[in-house]
Amino acid sequence: MNSAELKATALTLRQRLVTTSATAKIPHLGSCLSCVELLVALYWQELRIDPANPVEPDRDRFLLSKGHGAPILFQVLAERGFFPLERLDDFGKAGSVFHEHPPKPGYIPGIEAATGSLGHGLPMALGMALAARIQQRHTRCYALMSDGECNEGSIWEAAMLAAAQKVHSLTAIIDFNKWQATGRSQEVMALDPLAAKWEAFGWHAQEIDGHDFEAITSALAAARVETNRPSVIVAHTLKGKGVSFMEDNNNWHYRTPNPEELAAALAELEPA
Amino acid sequence: MRDAFANEMTALADERIDLTLLSGDIGNRMFDRFKQVAPERFLNCGIAEANMMSLAAGMALSGLRPVIYTITPFTTTRCLEQIRVGVAYHQAPVVIVGTGSGLSYAELGPTHHSLEDMAILRTLPGLNVLAPADSAELVAQLREALNSQNPTYIRIGKKGEPQLHQEGSQLGIGKANLLRDGSDLLVVGVGPILGEAVKAAENLAVDGFSVAIASLGGVKPLDDAFLKSMAKRFPRWLSLEEHGITGGLGSALLEWLSESDAHPIRLKRLGVPDAFLHELGNQAYTRRQLGLDAAGLAQSFRNAVAA
Repeated sequence: MNSAELKATALTLRQRLVTTSATAKIPHLGSCLSCVELLVALYWQELRIDPANPVEPDRDRFLLSKGHGAPILFQVLAERGFFPLERLDDFGKAGSVFHEHPPKPGYIPGIEAATGSLGHGLPMALGMALAARIQQRHTRCYALMSDGECNEGSIWEAAMLAAAQKVHSLTAIIDFNKWQATGRSQEVMALDPLAAKWEAFGWHAQEIDGHDFEAITSALAAARVETNRPSVIVAHTLKGKGVSFMEDNNNWHYRTPNPEELAAALAELEPA
Repeated sequence: MRDAFANEMTALADERIDLTLLSGDIGNRMFDRFKQVAPERFLNCGIAEANMMSLAAGMALSGLRPVIYTITPFTTTRCLEQIRVGVAYHQAPVVIVGTGSGLSYAELGPTHHSLEDMAILRTLPGLNVLAPADSAELVAQLREALNSQNPTYIRIGKKGEPQLHQEGSQLGIGKANLLRDGSDLLVVGVGPILGEAVKAAENLAVDGFSVAIASLGGVKPLDDAFLKSMAKRFPRWLSLEEHGITGGLGSALLEWLSESDAHPIRLKRLGVPDAFLHELGNQAYTRRQLGLDAAGLAQSFRNAVAA
């Protein structure tokens, strides 16, 4: 996929995301909009996965450690062909498997782990990477985290063990949108300097613009060639990216658009 | 029990290439032989139990059979959230082994006592909650757990516990056995504390009391057929566990009785009172203080028969 196609895919996914959020009343819109480019780059360029055989043992593993980003992940998986887009017509309806967080594997093709309680995905991805090493499989493991998630101690437990074990097949990506549920992430937990913290924990750390496809793909490629340490990509992003009145406005962590706001958002998400 | 566990793990490492041993920075020399057999499948995860538990779930979802080993409070209540979400919800076939359970480390103080683990963990759907009475039961349960599709928690003692099960016992998950038959009273217990119960029953036999002792092997799943057969024979039961009186085996049995149409059974619970312990001694001292040694139990058995 070329750069124009990646951008077009991101735009389509944003349109579907805000529409579903409005109709099904699904929150975490700001957190979903900030990681669209990261997910598109992963699913269309990086991950060795086969939507027709989503449990192939040698596949790469992607865990959405920030499980509240499920609404955009579900759109990605449908667009990538893991299941028909029509399945998302049930999103948010009583009895559906498509709700606010990813369920355990077996209910939605392409989902590797149930997340939503923060701080679980990175340690689980580390376990999968260590398993692949024991099983001598060429599997890479990826965990997409939020900056707020880095409040959890289990993230730093995993960071230390991954470095001690030199798990170079593990790439963590932080959707660093500078907000957590009720405040600026830097003010709540003194997160900065975030990349330097990971470096101090023994990781190969890169800081990029998390909405720039070229930067994302080259950072993922650089992570892949590390041979004796895990990698983290600290991706600077904008919460609510793509809809002007949602950008950097933390009210959209919980709010869902009313019909007028949906129309205004979709008008901004038209192709240029 | 600890040594039996280490020896069995070494044998199993040879038998199955999916077995992986995760330690929370304990068992210094204990796993040297395992490390010789399968160095790539031993991982010291450090003093970081939350990560260790989630990591084990990830390994299990990738087809390995991880066994986690550390001191009971740290591999249970310390990382309950990771057990609930990573292991139980995912039905990831992890085996969690807690060593030094109950009052094994009595003199180390309440930080190292585990008197709530069974009560809390048996609320998690699909998790086996086991408390073997001796090494033979531990080995049988460990082997069965590694072939099960469900996760399993096994609380074990420390060193030197007596063998209690007779040859030919049907040991495993959810399998109960009579350690000793009797006619006046049934004691239903789990774990190495049953050794004290057997001694108490032997002493009482001299005075003409006939106490049956059953080992249930764990609190979940319960051996329904065994309990039904015991309900037909014994109107008086005592439950026995080296665990807090709240929510453990005694509570599980009361729940079982309330759901069953067994004959009216009178059940009293024996265990550690609902309080933290402050005046410390070793396990034998603490059992004695709490009336959970052979002499104290004999008195409880007499009282139950007389009631």
